[in-house]
Amino acid sequence: MHPVDLSCELAGIRAPNPFWLASAPPTNTATQVLRAYEWGWGGAVWKTLGKPVRNVQPRFTAMHTAAERMVGFSNIELITDRPLEDNYREIAAVTARYPDRATIVSLMFETEDEWKEHIERSVAVGAQGLELNFGCPHGMCERGMGSAVGQEPALVETITRWAVRYAGVPVLVKLTPNVTDIIPPALAAQRGGAHGVSLINTIKSVMGVDLDRMVPLPVVGDASTNGGYCGPAVKPIALHMVGALARHPEFRLPISGMGGIGTWRDAAEFLALGARSVQICTAVMHHGYRIIHDLTEGLGHWMEEKNYRTLDDLIGRAVPNFRSWEDLDLNHRVVARIQTDKCIGCQLCYVACLDGSHQCIYLPDAEHPDAPIRLATESRMPWVAENECTGCQLCHLVCPVEGAIKMVPLHTGQPRQSWRELQALAVTESGTSNDSTLEGRQGFWQTQGIG
Amino acid sequence: MECGKPTMTMPETWENTIFDGGADLSASAAGLEASRCLQCLDAPCIQACPTLIDIPRFIKGIATGNLKGAARTIAEANIFGLACGKVCPTEVLCEGACVYNLTESQPIAIGRLQSFASAAALDQQWQFFTGGAPSGYRVALIGAGPASLACAHALRRLGHETVIYEASARGGGLLTDGVAAYKYPSNRALREIDAITAIGIDVRYNVQIGRDLALEALERGFDAVFLGVGLGADRLLQLPGASLLQVKGALDWLERFKQGSKMSLGEPPARAVVIGGGNTAIDASRHLKAWGVEAVHLVYRRGEESLSAYRHEVAAARQAGVTFHFYVEPVAFEGEGCLTGVQLRGTKGNKDASWTLAADLVLLAIGQHRIHTELSQIPGIEWAEGCIVVDRQTGQTGNPRYFAGGDCANGGKEVVDAVADGKRAALGIHTYLTQSDRQQTNQRETLHAPC
Repeated sequence: MHPVDLSCELAGIRAPNPFWLASAPPTNTATQVLRAYEWGWGGAVWKTLGKPVRNVQPRFTAMHTAAERMVGFSNIELITDRPLEDNYREIAAVTARYPDRATIVSLMFETEDEWKEHIERSVAVGAQGLELNFGCPHGMCERGMGSAVGQEPALVETITRWAVRYAGVPVLVKLTPNVTDIIPPALAAQRGGAHGVSLINTIKSVMGVDLDRMVPLPVVGDASTNGGYCGPAVKPIALHMVGALARHPEFRLPISGMGGIGTWRDAAEFLALGARSVQICTAVMHHGYRIIHDLTEGLGHWMEEKNYRTLDDLIGRAVPNFRSWEDLDLNHRVVARIQTDKCIGCQLCYVACLDGSHQCIYLPDAEHPDAPIRLATESRMPWVAENECTGCQLCHLVCPVEGAIKMVPLHTGQPRQSWRELQALAVTESGTSNDSTLEGRQGFWQTQGIG
Repeated sequence: MECGKPTMTMPETWENTIFDGGADLSASAAGLEASRCLQCLDAPCIQACPTLIDIPRFIKGIATGNLKGAARTIAEANIFGLACGKVCPTEVLCEGACVYNLTESQPIAIGRLQSFASAAALDQQWQFFTGGAPSGYRVALIGAGPASLACAHALRRLGHETVIYEASARGGGLLTDGVAAYKYPSNRALREIDAITAIGIDVRYNVQIGRDLALEALERGFDAVFLGVGLGADRLLQLPGASLLQVKGALDWLERFKQGSKMSLGEPPARAVVIGGGNTAIDASRHLKAWGVEAVHLVYRRGEESLSAYRHEVAAARQAGVTFHFYVEPVAFEGEGCLTGVQLRGTKGNKDASWTLAADLVLLAIGQHRIHTELSQIPGIEWAEGCIVVDRQTGQTGNPRYFAGGDCANGGKEVVDAVADGKRAALGIHTYLTQSDRQQTNQRETLHAPC
């Protein structure tokens, strides 16, 4: 028993916990999903059903770092390549045996008749919900399905409306991140009557190039194609899109969040940014269903520590603090401080600040009026000229020793002031609402990247 | 040779059948270890290396798969990259300086990474260097140990003609015949030397100056002479029974071992005693254990704190099962025609105690002689405690045409120190040759006047 209640509800779909397997290879068959449920997974979105396909080989590829494998993962696999009859029979077996789990069927079809037929068949075999796959960015979109639908709000709305008409169970629309703005397709799903959305699907990608054969990866015979990118590396993109929907004033649907979730902490972040459940695939493809133990245990213990009793206590907690840049406090100041009891003298902060940032870190032998007196044992330890420090935090990020560079808030005594407030003040002071000035200045700021 | 696949063409030898020669890292282990390197600015490891190898740079090459660049970086600074990676006391040099020592992480395995890259260069037969444009100058080098070879290699790159005279039948000196085989087997040393001399170094083996070639002849034929003759034979003990065949100098025994065969050496004896407290004593003890000698005793007349061997070597010997006896010295070797034991007595507190340690082999590791009668005739060269006095920066002796380095000048240090000496002397010789006035170089014929 967990000390907190992890039970999950999304658009009327109920599950014992918010950890659902995403529609993908781990949800391909009944033997897999049954085994996952035995391990304790809260739900599973069945591998997308559709018209028959054939797959290529190989169809997975990954980005590794020397220390960690599969920090990024890409696939060019299509929807289920097993007979639909087999799928329906197996789904029926799973839903009969585990009525308490969120067994959701993912679908991808073309015509209204096809959607109707397979929605009805899915519901008939006990699907607690449906997920409309408008997200797949490879193989299916070329045939006018998957992300080809998700990128066209009008199509999203139309097909969602069909689905809702025939479903009778909650309908989730799975959104593609391969759009410039996630809001229009999400609002289209809402207009179409969807009960919820799930995001993100994978990101269109090319993982690499085989430099000996001069073929992108994965090499399929003599050529390759773009794949769908996922895994830990995509989490920031997914979090942004989930948060962007959660904070949007017109968007009201519940969200099933996914993209790079591998740990309970990742999941907690999605929940905090507004997701009501999370879906996981790559981490299971890497480590198996057994990760559910740490996911539920870790989330439960952390929630207990933070005094969150139910998921509803946690869901959306960070949304109010996810703001537009114009609303951030311009008077918030931090400076870097190097802790001499922890610094090991690698000087990575020095070179990063010198070449990559604002030249505010000095070596001990630098001639500088603010130079601190360093002991002989500290002869390799750089120091920060706090008056020059721009608080960018690059040194803190490159430092290999936990806690050796702290970003310390400075109490400037100045009141909180955002760019938006500053502009409003400028307009008031000039006594006229000179939009052209404001626009011009915003334009200037908008073109200033950090790069 | 199969393309792209490292081929260890090292022939199987007697040594390789019992020792792994310090196992090489696999490519994946090397990549993982290399990726841990923090890439310190002004890295302490470089400062700790007598040959100033740009360690972070070659490690970066290993991490990115730029193995050739890594091997070149090493070779530019130290032509004995493989040997030094294997035999350097890295614990007190580069690895001892690694900033990771200030954390809970292990220092980077710099020696093993260096061996990895340098072994690849040997296996793939990468040649990084060619002889410089002929300068017209000729330099003779006496002794084909690491100091002479490093010196000759640097001189060849500068365009000078080099001839090494070596008294024995093979090159490398102690590196080939004196380093314990479990660290670095002689066949690898010989391969590394072959790669070094391929730049156009002329090595004449079995030529002893003073016996086979007169110093006068050398002086007539060459513009400068480098002395890299090392130290003399093992010191022995004048004790009863010292003439027994099973009582040997440690270096002499190691040489016979490394040049021998299973046939000539027979089975490992059951019990061996090593006398001495330096690194040679430890090397010999560990070598005996690795060979298969069951009981290895190290006998030292002073206490553990007085051992001149490195602490990490002492610890490794203990780990290998060597038994240490402190404050004990030998008084006689017992046995009728064949050694049966060493009679010992206490040197402190237990001076009256006397007992016999059973032994089938005794190795004396109490230092080397420092007498070079043939060289002591060279006018102008100063000697101090049996070593040649040189200017540290140039290796120049009191006789401006003579330079020296390695053990004969530094009293017996590491291979890496000999390489550094050789490099410095090469620059000293080059400066001497190219900047000395005509009068000096014209003295070629007349210099060897009796003083």
